[in-house]
Amino acid sequence: MARTSLTGSRIRERRTMVGRKQADLARAVGISPSYLNLIEHNRRRIGGKLIRDIARELGVEPAALTEGAEAALLTTLREAAANDAGATEELPRLEEFVGRFPGWARLLAETRQRATDLAHSVEVLSDRMTHDPFLSASLHEVISTVTAIRSTASILAETRDIDPEWRDRFHRNMAEESARLAESAEALVRYLDEASSTEFTASTPQEELDTWLRESGFHFADLERALPMEPATLVKRSEAIRSSAAGAMAVSHLTRYRKDAEHMPLAAFQEAATASAFDPAALAARFDVNLTAVFRRMASLPKDRVGAEIGLVCCDGSGTLTFRKPVDGFPLPRYSAACPLWPLYQALSRPMAPVRRWVELGGRNPRRFLAYAVCQPSQPAGFDGPQVLEAAMLILPQELAQVPEPEQPLELGTSCRICPRAACAARREPSIMAEVF
Amino acid sequence: MSKRVLLVEDEPNIIEAIRFILSRDGWSVETHLDGATAVDRIVAAPPDVLVLDVMLPGKSGFDILKEIRADPATAALPVLMLTAKGQGRDRELAERYGASCFMTKPFANAEVLKTVNALKSGAFGRV
Repeated sequence: MARTSLTGSRIRERRTMVGRKQADLARAVGISPSYLNLIEHNRRRIGGKLIRDIARELGVEPAALTEGAEAALLTTLREAAANDAGATEELPRLEEFVGRFPGWARLLAETRQRATDLAHSVEVLSDRMTHDPFLSASLHEVISTVTAIRSTASILAETRDIDPEWRDRFHRNMAEESARLAESAEALVRYLDEASSTEFTASTPQEELDTWLRESGFHFADLERALPMEPATLVKRSEAIRSSAAGAMAVSHLTRYRKDAEHMPLAAFQEAATASAFDPAALAARFDVNLTAVFRRMASLPKDRVGAEIGLVCCDGSGTLTFRKPVDGFPLPRYSAACPLWPLYQALSRPMAPVRRWVELGGRNPRRFLAYAVCQPSQPAGFDGPQVLEAAMLILPQELAQVPEPEQPLELGTSCRICPRAACAARREPSIMAEVF
Repeated sequence: MSKRVLLVEDEPNIIEAIRFILSRDGWSVETHLDGATAVDRIVAAPPDVLVLDVMLPGKSGFDILKEIRADPATAALPVLMLTAKGQGRDRELAERYGASCFMTKPFANAEVLKTVNALKSGAFGRV
Protein backbone atom coordinates (compact mmCIF):
# COMPACT_ATOMS: atom_id res chain seq x y z
CA MET A 1 0.00 0.00 0.00
CA ALA A 2 1.16 3.51 -0.69
CA ARG A 3 2.32 5.61 2.22
CA THR A 4 -0.66 7.12 3.92
CA SER A 5 -1.06 10.84 3.87
CA LEU A 6 -3.79 13.16 4.89
CA THR A 7 -3.91 15.05 1.62
CA GLY A 8 -6.75 12.87 0.35
CA SER A 9 -8.85 13.34 3.47
CA ARG A 10 -8.40 17.07 3.19
CA ILE A 11 -9.47 17.09 -0.45
CA ARG A 12 -12.57 15.08 0.44
CA GLU A 13 -13.37 17.34 3.37
CA ARG A 14 -12.98 20.49 1.31
CA ARG A 15 -14.95 19.06 -1.63
CA THR A 16 -17.88 18.08 0.60
CA MET A 17 -17.74 21.47 2.26
CA VAL A 18 -18.14 23.33 -1.02
CA GLY A 19 -20.78 20.80 -2.12
CA ARG A 20 -19.10 19.38 -5.22
CA LYS A 21 -19.66 15.90 -6.58
CA GLN A 22 -16.68 13.59 -6.81
CA ALA A 23 -17.36 12.89 -10.49
CA ASP A 24 -17.64 16.58 -11.24
CA LEU A 25 -14.29 17.43 -9.64
CA ALA A 26 -12.61 14.45 -11.28
CA ARG A 27 -13.78 15.61 -14.69
CA ALA A 28 -12.62 19.16 -14.05
CA VAL A 29 -9.06 18.04 -13.34
CA GLY A 30 -8.98 15.34 -15.98
CA ILE A 31 -8.91 12.12 -13.96
CA SER A 32 -11.39 9.31 -13.49
CA PRO A 33 -13.83 9.44 -10.56
CA SER A 34 -12.56 6.11 -9.25
CA TYR A 35 -8.98 7.42 -9.22
CA LEU A 36 -10.10 10.52 -7.32
CA ASN A 37 -11.93 8.21 -4.93
CA LEU A 38 -8.68 6.33 -4.25
CA ILE A 39 -6.88 9.63 -3.68
CA GLU A 40 -9.57 10.85 -1.31
CA HIS A 41 -9.20 7.71 0.75
CA ASN A 42 -5.48 8.28 0.98
CA ARG A 43 -4.72 5.20 -1.09
CA ARG A 44 -2.84 6.99 -3.83
CA ARG A 45 -0.13 9.59 -3.47
CA ILE A 46 -0.73 12.84 -5.21
CA GLY A 47 1.54 15.70 -6.06
CA GLY A 48 2.65 18.45 -8.39
CA LYS A 49 0.29 19.64 -11.05
CA LEU A 50 -2.70 17.54 -9.99
CA ILE A 51 -2.74 18.96 -6.51
CA ARG A 52 -2.50 22.51 -7.88
CA ASP A 53 -5.43 21.81 -10.24
CA ILE A 54 -7.59 20.35 -7.47
CA ALA A 55 -6.70 23.22 -5.15
CA ARG A 56 -7.70 25.72 -7.83
CA GLU A 57 -10.98 23.94 -8.41
CA LEU A 58 -11.71 23.88 -4.69
CA GLY A 59 -10.65 27.49 -4.23
CA VAL A 60 -7.84 26.88 -1.71
CA GLU A 61 -4.07 27.24 -1.62
CA PRO A 62 -2.33 23.97 -2.59
CA ALA A 63 -0.48 24.17 0.73
CA ALA A 64 -3.78 23.86 2.56
CA LEU A 65 -4.20 20.43 1.03
CA THR A 66 -0.65 19.14 1.43
CA GLU A 67 1.01 18.21 4.65
CA GLY A 68 2.85 20.58 6.90
CA ALA A 69 0.32 22.15 9.16
CA GLU A 70 -0.57 18.77 10.65
CA ALA A 71 2.97 17.46 11.04
CA ALA A 72 3.44 19.07 14.44
CA LEU A 73 -0.02 17.94 15.49
CA LEU A 74 0.74 14.33 14.54
CA THR A 75 4.04 14.43 16.43
CA THR A 76 2.39 15.74 19.57
CA LEU A 77 -0.34 13.12 19.42
CA ARG A 78 2.17 10.31 18.86
CA GLU A 79 4.04 11.47 21.92
CA ALA A 80 0.82 11.54 23.89
CA ALA A 81 -0.04 8.02 22.75
CA ALA A 82 3.29 6.65 23.93
CA ASN A 83 2.18 6.65 27.55
CA ASP A 84 -1.11 4.96 26.93
CA ALA A 85 -1.58 1.33 25.94
CA GLY A 86 -4.99 1.79 24.34
CA ALA A 87 -3.88 4.74 22.24
CA THR A 88 -0.67 2.96 21.19
CA GLU A 89 -2.79 0.16 19.80
CA GLU A 90 -4.74 2.67 17.75
CA LEU A 91 -1.67 4.54 16.51
CA PRO A 92 -2.01 3.15 12.98
CA ARG A 93 -5.32 5.01 12.77
CA LEU A 94 -3.93 8.30 14.04
CA GLU A 95 -3.95 9.97 10.63
CA GLU A 96 -7.51 8.91 10.04
CA PHE A 97 -8.46 10.42 13.40
CA VAL A 98 -6.73 13.72 12.64
CA GLY A 99 -8.25 13.77 9.18
CA ARG A 100 -11.79 13.13 10.34
CA PHE A 101 -11.80 15.13 13.56
CA PRO A 102 -9.26 17.95 13.17
CA GLY A 103 -10.89 20.04 15.89
CA TRP A 104 -10.90 17.27 18.48
CA ALA A 105 -7.36 16.33 17.52
CA ARG A 106 -6.13 19.88 18.00
CA LEU A 107 -7.90 20.12 21.34
CA LEU A 108 -6.29 16.87 22.47
CA ALA A 109 -2.86 18.03 21.34
CA GLU A 110 -3.22 21.40 23.05
CA THR A 111 -4.45 19.81 26.24
CA ARG A 112 -1.57 17.39 26.19
CA GLN A 113 0.92 20.25 25.55
CA ARG A 114 -0.53 22.23 28.41
CA ALA A 115 -0.37 19.26 30.76
CA THR A 116 3.27 18.68 29.85
CA ASP A 117 4.12 22.34 30.43
CA LEU A 118 2.33 22.34 33.77
CA ALA A 119 4.00 19.12 34.89
CA HIS A 120 7.32 20.73 34.05
CA SER A 121 6.41 23.85 36.06
CA VAL A 122 5.43 21.75 39.04
CA GLU A 123 8.73 19.92 38.83
CA VAL A 124 10.69 23.16 38.71
CA LEU A 125 8.75 24.64 41.60
CA SER A 126 8.99 21.63 43.86
CA ASP A 127 12.66 21.38 43.04
CA ARG A 128 13.04 24.99 44.06
CA MET A 129 11.28 24.41 47.37
CA THR A 130 13.25 21.36 48.41
CA HIS A 131 16.70 21.92 47.01
CA ASP A 132 16.96 25.66 46.76
CA PRO A 133 20.41 26.40 48.18
CA PHE A 134 19.76 30.12 48.31
CA LEU A 135 16.57 29.74 50.30
CA SER A 136 18.12 27.40 52.84
CA ALA A 137 21.28 29.51 53.17
CA SER A 138 19.25 32.71 53.74
CA LEU A 139 17.03 31.05 56.31
CA HIS A 140 20.07 29.79 58.17
CA GLU A 141 21.53 33.29 58.11
CA VAL A 142 18.32 34.80 59.46
CA ILE A 143 18.06 32.26 62.29
CA SER A 144 21.72 32.68 63.25
CA THR A 145 21.43 36.45 63.53
CA VAL A 146 18.13 36.23 65.40
CA THR A 147 19.76 33.79 67.85
CA ALA A 148 22.65 36.15 68.52
CA ILE A 149 20.31 39.13 68.90
CA ARG A 150 17.92 37.33 71.23
CA SER A 151 20.70 36.01 73.41
CA THR A 152 22.54 39.31 73.57
CA ALA A 153 19.38 41.34 74.18
CA SER A 154 18.30 39.19 77.09
CA ILE A 155 21.75 39.49 78.66
CA LEU A 156 21.47 43.29 78.44
CA ALA A 157 17.91 43.25 79.78
CA GLU A 158 18.38 40.74 82.59
CA THR A 159 21.88 41.39 83.93
CA ARG A 160 21.64 44.23 86.42
CA ASP A 161 25.25 44.54 87.51
CA ILE A 162 26.75 44.28 84.01
CA ASP A 163 30.24 45.66 83.58
CA PRO A 164 30.19 48.83 81.37
CA GLU A 165 32.84 47.36 79.11
CA TRP A 166 30.76 44.21 78.53
CA ARG A 167 27.61 46.28 78.11
CA ASP A 168 29.22 48.37 75.33
CA ARG A 169 30.49 45.26 73.67
CA PHE A 170 27.04 43.67 73.66
CA HIS A 171 25.50 46.84 72.31
CA ARG A 172 27.99 46.79 69.48
CA ASN A 173 27.22 43.13 68.77
CA MET A 174 23.49 43.91 68.73
CA ALA A 175 23.96 46.73 66.23
CA GLU A 176 26.14 44.53 64.07
CA GLU A 177 23.75 41.57 64.10
CA SER A 178 20.65 43.66 63.48
CA ALA A 179 22.27 45.25 60.41
CA ARG A 180 23.08 41.76 59.17
CA LEU A 181 19.54 40.60 59.87
CA ALA A 182 18.05 43.53 57.96
CA GLU A 183 20.24 42.69 55.00
CA SER A 184 19.49 38.99 54.89
CA ALA A 185 15.76 39.56 55.46
CA GLU A 186 15.73 41.99 52.57
CA ALA A 187 17.51 39.55 50.27
CA LEU A 188 15.06 36.84 51.26
CA VAL A 189 12.03 39.03 50.57
CA ARG A 190 13.43 40.07 47.22
CA TYR A 191 14.04 36.46 46.32
CA LEU A 192 10.57 35.26 47.34
CA ASP A 193 9.02 38.20 45.56
CA GLU A 194 10.75 37.24 42.36
CA ALA A 195 9.88 33.60 42.74
CA SER A 196 6.20 34.35 43.11
CA SER A 197 6.09 36.81 40.24
CA THR A 198 7.63 34.32 37.86
CA GLU A 199 4.94 32.94 35.64
CA PHE A 200 4.25 29.25 35.78
CA THR A 201 4.49 28.90 32.02
CA ALA A 202 8.00 30.28 31.91
CA SER A 203 9.54 28.74 34.95
CA THR A 204 13.23 28.92 34.17
CA PRO A 205 15.13 32.05 33.16
CA GLN A 206 16.13 30.34 29.90
CA GLU A 207 12.48 29.74 29.02
CA GLU A 208 11.57 33.29 29.90
CA LEU A 209 14.29 34.53 27.54
CA ASP A 210 13.25 32.08 24.81
CA THR A 211 9.64 33.24 24.97
CA TRP A 212 10.64 36.86 24.75
CA LEU A 213 13.00 36.33 21.81
CA ARG A 214 10.32 34.36 19.99
CA GLU A 215 7.77 37.11 20.56
CA SER A 216 10.24 39.69 19.28
CA GLY A 217 10.86 37.67 16.11
CA PHE A 218 14.55 37.48 17.09
CA HIS A 219 14.99 40.97 15.63
CA PHE A 220 15.39 44.25 17.53
CA ALA A 221 14.89 47.33 15.38
CA ASP A 222 15.83 49.55 18.35
CA LEU A 223 19.34 48.13 18.26
CA GLU A 224 19.72 48.60 14.50
CA ARG A 225 19.48 52.39 14.56
CA ALA A 226 22.45 54.72 14.17
CA LEU A 227 22.21 55.50 17.88
CA PRO A 228 21.09 52.16 19.28
CA MET A 229 19.16 51.91 22.51
CA GLU A 230 20.79 50.68 25.72
CA PRO A 231 20.12 46.91 26.08
CA ALA A 232 19.19 47.37 29.74
CA THR A 233 16.53 49.96 28.83
CA LEU A 234 15.07 47.66 26.22
CA VAL A 235 14.94 44.76 28.66
CA LYS A 236 13.38 46.91 31.36
CA ARG A 237 10.56 47.87 28.98
CA SER A 238 9.71 44.27 28.15
CA GLU A 239 6.80 42.64 29.88
CA ALA A 240 7.97 39.11 29.23
CA ILE A 241 11.26 39.40 31.13
CA ARG A 242 10.37 39.40 34.82
CA SER A 243 13.01 37.62 36.86
CA SER A 244 16.37 39.26 37.36
CA ALA A 245 18.14 36.12 36.16
CA ALA A 246 16.32 36.25 32.82
CA GLY A 247 16.95 40.00 32.77
CA ALA A 248 20.70 39.49 33.07
CA MET A 249 20.62 36.86 30.30
CA ALA A 250 18.56 39.16 28.07
CA VAL A 251 20.94 42.09 28.61
CA SER A 252 23.93 39.95 27.73
CA HIS A 253 22.13 38.65 24.63
CA LEU A 254 21.21 42.15 23.47
CA THR A 255 24.67 43.53 24.21
CA ARG A 256 26.10 40.95 21.88
CA TYR A 257 23.33 41.66 19.36
CA ARG A 258 24.17 45.36 19.40
CA LYS A 259 27.85 44.66 18.87
CA ASP A 260 27.03 42.33 15.97
CA ALA A 261 24.78 45.02 14.47
CA GLU A 262 27.59 47.54 14.79
CA HIS A 263 30.05 45.29 12.96
CA MET A 264 27.49 44.13 10.40
CA PRO A 265 25.02 46.98 9.72
CA LEU A 266 21.64 45.63 8.64
CA ALA A 267 21.33 47.06 5.10
CA ALA A 268 24.90 46.25 4.09
CA PHE A 269 24.76 42.82 5.68
CA GLN A 270 21.48 41.90 4.08
CA GLU A 271 22.79 42.92 0.66
CA ALA A 272 26.04 41.02 1.12
CA ALA A 273 24.18 37.98 2.47
CA THR A 274 21.90 37.81 -0.54
CA ALA A 275 24.75 38.46 -2.96
CA SER A 276 26.86 35.67 -1.45
CA ALA A 277 23.92 33.24 -1.38
CA PHE A 278 24.10 33.21 2.42
CA ASP A 279 27.67 31.96 2.59
CA PRO A 280 28.88 32.50 6.16
CA ALA A 281 32.57 32.27 5.29
CA ALA A 282 32.28 34.99 2.64
CA LEU A 283 30.37 37.21 5.07
CA ALA A 284 32.90 36.62 7.85
CA ALA A 285 35.69 37.72 5.52
CA ARG A 286 33.73 40.68 4.18
CA PHE A 287 32.89 42.06 7.64
CA ASP A 288 36.02 40.83 9.41
CA VAL A 289 34.17 38.95 12.15
CA ASN A 290 34.12 35.32 13.26
CA LEU A 291 31.72 32.70 11.91
CA THR A 292 29.57 32.53 15.04
CA ALA A 293 28.91 36.26 14.83
CA VAL A 294 27.83 35.85 11.19
CA PHE A 295 25.49 33.00 12.20
CA ARG A 296 23.89 35.17 14.87
CA ARG A 297 23.53 38.07 12.47
CA MET A 298 21.96 35.90 9.77
CA ALA A 299 19.45 34.50 12.25
CA SER A 300 18.46 38.05 13.22
CA LEU A 301 17.52 38.97 9.64
CA PRO A 302 13.74 39.45 9.48
CA LYS A 303 11.91 36.85 7.45
CA ASP A 304 10.22 39.38 5.18
CA ARG A 305 13.57 40.80 4.11
CA VAL A 306 15.20 37.55 3.01
CA GLY A 307 12.18 35.50 2.03
CA ALA A 308 12.54 32.71 4.55
CA GLU A 309 13.20 32.06 8.20
CA ILE A 310 16.83 31.27 9.05
CA GLY A 311 17.22 29.10 12.15
CA LEU A 312 19.97 29.04 14.74
CA VAL A 313 20.73 26.82 17.68
CA CYS A 314 23.61 27.21 20.13
CA CYS A 315 24.93 24.98 22.88
CA ASP A 316 27.57 25.13 25.58
CA GLY A 317 30.33 22.63 26.27
CA SER A 318 27.90 20.22 27.95
CA GLY A 319 25.72 20.11 24.83
CA THR A 320 22.91 21.95 26.60
CA LEU A 321 20.98 24.14 24.18
CA THR A 322 21.43 27.77 25.17
CA PHE A 323 19.73 29.43 22.21
CA ARG A 324 16.93 28.19 19.98
CA LYS A 325 15.48 29.82 16.94
CA PRO A 326 13.42 27.13 15.20
CA VAL A 327 12.46 27.12 11.54
CA ASP A 328 9.41 25.53 10.03
CA GLY A 329 10.17 21.86 9.41
CA PHE A 330 13.15 21.76 11.78
CA PRO A 331 11.60 21.64 15.26
CA LEU A 332 13.95 22.04 18.23
CA PRO A 333 13.34 20.08 21.43
CA ARG A 334 12.17 22.19 24.34
CA TYR A 335 12.93 20.03 27.35
CA SER A 336 14.55 16.86 26.10
CA ALA A 337 18.05 16.53 24.68
CA ALA A 338 18.56 17.00 20.96
CA CYS A 339 19.58 14.59 18.20
CA PRO A 340 23.21 13.51 18.65
CA LEU A 341 23.75 13.53 14.89
CA TRP A 342 23.27 17.28 14.54
CA PRO A 343 26.30 18.93 12.90
CA LEU A 344 26.21 21.17 15.99
CA TYR A 345 27.61 18.33 18.08
CA GLN A 346 30.05 17.30 15.38
CA ALA A 347 31.40 20.85 15.57
CA LEU A 348 31.41 20.77 19.39
CA SER A 349 33.70 17.74 19.36
CA ARG A 350 36.16 19.47 17.05
CA PRO A 351 36.50 23.09 18.14
CA MET A 352 37.47 25.56 15.43
CA ALA A 353 36.76 23.11 12.58
CA PRO A 354 33.74 24.37 10.62
CA VAL A 355 31.17 21.84 9.44
CA ARG A 356 28.77 22.17 6.51
CA ARG A 357 26.22 19.45 5.79
CA TRP A 358 23.01 19.04 3.90
CA VAL A 359 20.67 17.47 6.39
CA GLU A 360 17.29 15.84 6.12
CA LEU A 361 14.80 15.72 8.96
CA GLY A 362 13.05 12.42 9.46
CA GLY A 363 9.32 12.14 9.23
CA ARG A 364 6.62 11.77 6.67
CA ASN A 365 7.60 14.75 4.57
CA PRO A 366 11.37 14.86 4.83
CA ARG A 367 12.68 18.39 4.48
CA ARG A 368 16.18 19.40 3.63
CA PHE A 369 18.25 22.13 5.20
CA LEU A 370 21.80 23.31 4.79
CA ALA A 371 23.46 23.32 8.20
CA TYR A 372 26.60 25.28 9.02
CA ALA A 373 28.19 24.65 12.39
CA VAL A 374 31.26 25.80 14.25
CA CYS A 375 32.53 25.64 17.82
CA GLN A 376 34.57 28.50 19.18
CA PRO A 377 36.52 28.21 22.45
CA SER A 378 37.16 31.24 24.62
CA GLN A 379 39.15 32.03 27.77
CA PRO A 380 36.95 34.53 29.62
CA ALA A 381 38.86 33.96 32.88
CA GLY A 382 42.29 34.46 31.35
CA PHE A 383 44.88 32.19 29.83
CA ASP A 384 44.99 29.75 32.74
CA GLY A 385 41.26 29.86 33.38
CA PRO A 386 38.86 27.18 32.15
CA GLN A 387 38.26 26.99 28.41
CA VAL A 388 34.63 27.80 27.63
CA LEU A 389 33.13 26.24 24.52
CA GLU A 390 30.21 27.55 22.53
CA ALA A 391 28.97 25.82 19.42
CA ALA A 392 26.45 27.25 16.99
CA MET A 393 24.55 25.75 14.08
CA LEU A 394 22.91 27.83 11.38
CA ILE A 395 19.87 26.21 9.75
CA LEU A 396 19.40 27.47 6.22
CA PRO A 397 16.18 26.47 4.47
CA GLN A 398 16.54 24.78 1.09
CA GLU A 399 15.17 27.75 -0.84
CA LEU A 400 17.94 30.07 0.36
CA ALA A 401 20.88 27.72 -0.07
CA GLN A 402 22.71 27.57 -3.36
CA VAL A 403 25.13 24.80 -2.51
CA PRO A 404 24.80 21.64 -4.65
CA GLU A 405 22.81 18.97 -2.87
CA PRO A 406 24.33 15.52 -2.42
CA GLU A 407 22.40 12.44 -3.35
CA GLN A 408 22.31 11.27 0.23
CA PRO A 409 22.09 14.05 2.82
CA LEU A 410 22.83 13.45 6.49
CA GLU A 411 19.67 12.02 8.01
CA LEU A 412 18.85 13.33 11.44
CA GLY A 413 15.98 14.06 13.78
CA THR A 414 14.82 16.33 16.56
CA SER A 415 15.10 14.08 19.57
CA CYS A 416 15.34 10.28 19.84
CA ARG A 417 11.95 9.80 21.43
CA ILE A 418 9.97 11.20 18.53
CA CYS A 419 12.35 10.20 15.75
CA PRO A 420 11.14 7.61 13.25
CA ARG A 421 14.61 6.37 12.23
CA ALA A 422 14.46 3.06 14.08
CA ALA A 423 17.83 1.78 12.89
CA CYS A 424 19.77 4.94 13.80
CA ALA A 425 23.26 4.07 15.04
CA ALA A 426 23.36 7.01 17.45
CA ARG A 427 20.02 6.22 19.07
CA ARG A 428 19.89 6.94 22.82
CA GLU A 429 16.46 5.55 23.66
CA PRO A 430 13.79 3.68 21.72
CA SER A 431 11.48 5.80 19.65
CA ILE A 432 7.79 5.90 20.28
CA MET A 433 7.35 6.15 16.52
CA ALA A 434 9.50 3.24 15.36
CA GLU A 435 6.70 0.70 15.41
CA VAL A 436 4.36 2.95 13.47
CA PHE A 437 6.59 3.18 10.41
CA MET B 1 35.71 22.53 91.55
CA SER B 2 35.99 23.90 88.02
CA LYS B 3 33.44 22.97 85.40
CA ARG B 4 34.65 23.05 81.80
CA VAL B 5 32.41 23.49 78.78
CA LEU B 6 33.59 23.44 75.17
CA LEU B 7 31.49 25.39 72.69
CA VAL B 8 31.90 24.43 69.03
CA GLU B 9 30.18 27.24 67.11
CA ASP B 10 31.20 29.57 64.30
CA GLU B 11 29.07 32.65 64.98
CA PRO B 12 31.26 35.04 67.04
CA ASN B 13 28.35 36.94 68.61
CA ILE B 14 26.55 33.78 69.67
CA ILE B 15 29.84 32.56 71.19
CA GLU B 16 30.19 35.81 73.07
CA ALA B 17 26.68 35.64 74.51
CA ILE B 18 26.92 31.99 75.59
CA ARG B 19 30.37 32.56 77.02
CA PHE B 20 29.02 35.44 79.11
CA ILE B 21 26.06 33.49 80.46
CA LEU B 22 28.02 30.36 81.36
CA SER B 23 31.04 32.25 82.76
CA ARG B 24 28.82 34.13 85.21
CA ASP B 25 27.61 30.79 86.46
CA GLY B 26 31.16 29.67 87.20
CA TRP B 27 31.87 27.72 84.03
CA SER B 28 35.19 27.86 82.34
CA VAL B 29 34.27 28.31 78.68
CA GLU B 30 36.47 27.21 75.80
CA THR B 31 35.48 27.79 72.19
CA HIS B 32 36.31 26.23 68.87
CA LEU B 33 35.19 27.63 65.49
CA ASP B 34 36.25 25.10 62.90
CA GLY B 35 34.32 21.88 62.27
CA ALA B 36 37.20 20.12 60.52
CA THR B 37 39.54 20.21 63.54
CA ALA B 38 36.91 19.99 66.31
CA VAL B 39 37.19 16.23 66.93
CA ASP B 40 40.95 16.42 67.64
CA ARG B 41 40.37 19.22 70.10
CA ILE B 42 37.55 17.38 71.92
CA VAL B 43 39.39 14.07 72.12
CA ALA B 44 42.65 15.68 73.24
CA ALA B 45 41.01 17.25 76.31
CA PRO B 46 37.40 16.17 76.80
CA PRO B 47 35.35 18.88 78.58
CA ASP B 48 32.63 18.20 81.15
CA VAL B 49 29.97 19.26 78.66
CA LEU B 50 30.14 19.80 74.90
CA VAL B 51 27.86 22.33 73.18
CA LEU B 52 27.90 21.49 69.47
CA ASP B 53 26.42 23.47 66.57
CA VAL B 54 25.17 21.53 63.52
CA MET B 55 26.09 23.95 60.72
CA LEU B 56 29.85 24.37 60.93
CA PRO B 57 32.49 25.17 58.35
CA GLY B 58 34.62 22.18 57.38
CA LYS B 59 32.57 19.40 58.93
CA SER B 60 28.97 19.13 60.11
CA GLY B 61 28.06 18.78 63.76
CA PHE B 62 26.47 15.40 63.03
CA ASP B 63 29.72 14.01 61.64
CA ILE B 64 31.61 15.31 64.65
CA LEU B 65 29.09 13.69 67.00
CA LYS B 66 29.36 10.37 65.16
CA GLU B 67 33.15 10.40 65.49
CA ILE B 68 33.31 11.25 69.17
CA ARG B 69 30.72 8.61 69.97
CA ALA B 70 32.93 6.05 68.20
CA ASP B 71 35.92 6.98 70.39
CA PRO B 72 35.84 5.23 73.83
CA ALA B 73 37.36 8.29 75.50
CA THR B 74 34.40 10.47 74.54
CA ALA B 75 31.64 7.89 73.97
CA ALA B 76 29.78 9.00 77.09
CA LEU B 77 30.51 12.73 76.92
CA PRO B 78 27.37 14.83 77.54
CA VAL B 79 26.58 16.68 74.29
CA LEU B 80 24.07 19.47 73.73
CA MET B 81 23.34 19.89 70.02
CA LEU B 82 22.37 23.32 68.69
CA THR B 83 20.71 23.64 65.32
CA ALA B 84 19.19 26.38 63.26
CA LYS B 85 16.89 24.06 61.43
CA GLY B 86 13.44 22.83 62.39
CA GLN B 87 12.57 19.92 64.60
CA GLY B 88 11.97 17.00 62.24
CA ARG B 89 14.91 15.48 60.44
CA ASP B 90 17.66 17.13 62.43
CA ARG B 91 16.28 15.99 65.75
CA GLU B 92 16.04 12.46 64.38
CA LEU B 93 19.66 12.56 63.22
CA ALA B 94 20.85 14.02 66.54
CA GLU B 95 19.11 11.21 68.41
CA ARG B 96 20.43 8.53 66.09
CA TYR B 97 24.02 9.74 66.44
CA GLY B 98 23.73 9.90 70.23
CA ALA B 99 23.24 13.52 71.28
CA SER B 100 22.43 13.78 75.01
CA CYS B 101 20.16 16.73 74.39
CA PHE B 102 18.95 18.90 71.56
CA MET B 103 18.07 22.60 71.33
CA THR B 104 16.85 24.71 68.39
CA LYS B 105 17.97 28.23 67.63
CA PRO B 106 16.97 30.82 68.62
CA PHE B 107 17.20 29.61 72.22
CA ALA B 108 16.58 31.32 75.57
CA ASN B 109 19.71 31.98 77.63
CA ALA B 110 18.20 30.53 80.79
CA GLU B 111 17.37 27.34 78.92
CA VAL B 112 20.97 26.89 77.78
CA LEU B 113 22.29 27.43 81.26
CA LYS B 114 19.78 25.05 82.81
CA THR B 115 20.50 22.32 80.27
CA VAL B 116 24.28 22.58 80.51
CA ASN B 117 24.10 22.32 84.30
CA ALA B 118 21.72 19.39 84.11
CA LEU B 119 24.06 17.61 81.71
CA LYS B 120 26.95 18.15 84.13
CA SER B 121 25.07 16.59 87.03
CA GLY B 122 24.11 13.63 84.86
CA ALA B 123 20.41 14.42 84.79
CA PHE B 124 20.18 13.53 81.10
CA GLY B 125 21.11 10.05 80.05
CA ARG B 126 22.04 9.44 76.47
CA VAL B 127 19.00 9.76 74.32
